[in-house]
Amino acid sequence: MKLIIAIIKPFKLEEVKDALTAVGVEGMTVSEAKGFGRQKGHTEIYRGNEYTVDFLPKVRLEIAVADDVAASAVEAIKKAGKTGKIGDGKIFVMGMDEAIRIRTDERGESAV
Amino acid sequence: MSSSGFRFRQLILVLCAFGFAAAALRAAPNAPARPESAAPSATVEQRLAALEAYVANRDPAQAMRAAGGPESGVDSAPLAGLAGPAHNTWMMISAALVLFMTLPGLALFYGGLVRTKNVLSVMAWCLGITSLVTVLWWALGYSLVFGQNFHSAMLGGSEYFFLRGVTSAPNPAYSFWVSQNVFAMFQLMFAIITPAVIIGTAVERMKFSAVLAFTTLWLLVVYCPLAHMVWGATGFMNGVANPAAHIHAIDFAGGYVVEMASGWSALMLCIVLGKRLGFGRTPMAPHSLVLCMVGAGMLWVGWYGFNAGSAVAADGIAANAFTTTTLAASVAAGVWGLLEYLWRGKASVLGFCTGAVAGLVTITPACGFVETGAAIWIGILGAMVPFLFCTKVKAALGYDDALDVFGVHGVGGTVGILLTGIFATTSVNPNLSAHLAPLVGHSLWLEQVKGIALTIGLAVVGTALIALLIKATIGLRPTVEAEQEGLDLSDHGEEGYIYEPKA
Repeated sequence: MKLIIAIIKPFKLEEVKDALTAVGVEGMTVSEAKGFGRQKGHTEIYRGNEYTVDFLPKVRLEIAVADDVAASAVEAIKKAGKTGKIGDGKIFVMGMDEAIRIRTDERGESAV
Repeated sequence: MSSSGFRFRQLILVLCAFGFAAAALRAAPNAPARPESAAPSATVEQRLAALEAYVANRDPAQAMRAAGGPESGVDSAPLAGLAGPAHNTWMMISAALVLFMTLPGLALFYGGLVRTKNVLSVMAWCLGITSLVTVLWWALGYSLVFGQNFHSAMLGGSEYFFLRGVTSAPNPAYSFWVSQNVFAMFQLMFAIITPAVIIGTAVERMKFSAVLAFTTLWLLVVYCPLAHMVWGATGFMNGVANPAAHIHAIDFAGGYVVEMASGWSALMLCIVLGKRLGFGRTPMAPHSLVLCMVGAGMLWVGWYGFNAGSAVAADGIAANAFTTTTLAASVAAGVWGLLEYLWRGKASVLGFCTGAVAGLVTITPACGFVETGAAIWIGILGAMVPFLFCTKVKAALGYDDALDVFGVHGVGGTVGILLTGIFATTSVNPNLSAHLAPLVGHSLWLEQVKGIALTIGLAVVGTALIALLIKATIGLRPTVEAEQEGLDLSDHGEEGYIYEPKA
């Protein structure tokens, strides 16, 4: 099993979700996040007062998948989340020891 | 906090008791009954002349005398002592519009520009000032500005204390056809918004008790004398109505009284008060430009009551003021946005809003005196000069005028007063012919400059003394902890926004 954490541009969330659903991903957790990478922040000006905003709004997805789905899920996020401009985000993939569905006590791949 | 807070609460109670006692003592009936008279009543010609005077907003007594007939007809005519319904309607609407500028216009405009933790404090200040100034105006303020029995060019009189004798009958010294109580309420709204504008300079770092103390003293020491000098029948610099004025200045809707007074006072207050904690190091970006824009739109709409209402009649001068106000505000909003675009490549919402307010400020003294072409120039300059002040000069000087009260109202008001002296014309406002005919179009601007010097002197010196007095007694600023926590919680025990996850 793999845990995929993806940081994407907020306005790409719907497209990424649809793409993931299409490859068979059945659930995900989404949270609003802030951060910076190579894109860095931007400057805002209010009547001549400049403020540097270092952390930009992003969306963070957490998806737990069976091993055989992982590659296509990553591909789906990559394709749907891409604008080609700086700041598109990152995808992290890591191994996952166990998954448990709280309601039924199912374990392993049937729980993700 | 506890002992000084307790003393402050006691003081408030004593003041309230004093006010209500005074009101209770006021036993005199509002209007003496008109004595039945056997003298000849008004002729039809006299009555028609009075009606014509109503439509044209002229003096009915003078018109009736000109129409011939018995002198006794003048006082016993059916319309004697009555207000004109159209003029009264417009002035009640105008008064409500000017209050709308403060509640909630200014409260939203300013509230959106502060950080989340201080949004309610700004609103509480606007509400508190409204309540406080209303009572002060009833007890003292109206009389000190528009009374006459002190026979002084500097201050009005005592005859209208507690609005004694201020009834629905017009006071011909200020309007032939508007009820004096309506006039008093219209003027009250100006007295409310002026200190409410000032405190924009002090947001996020002045405690509530100090705001109220400042408002009380400032209204009595700076506003009342200045308003009397500019608008009082015996005023020192009332060039339009007072032939004995020492300075023959003109100010249609409050360039001196509201804009310059608030702007220059704000500059002084923010200097005495000091900068916000973390100023220049911590980001202090506006928390909601949405609220700010909503408030700016309300200010603009309310300003029609402020400017066109300052004709104190629903007449042609009001119509002119309505038109020039629209032109200057729109032009200034666009010019500010354009300057931003040229400077930085983007026109901002805050820029449009600030430009509109700056244009409205600048046209305020001029609106009932100038033609439309002049209004366009006033709009252009009313954006350009404050733009340079807010974005360039202020940064160079380093004072913390948090919401640019000086840059917009002080600078814009001063520019507007000067341009009024240059552009005013008798063809727009025949009242200028009465005492100012030789000056209009020539050296009127010089009189305006004298008025500028007097207004800046009074505002700066008065505010400095008041602010230093409060600083030395109850103090101006909250504790460091309270300022960091935010004034919403420390002064009012509330939060502006409470977000909870949905169940």
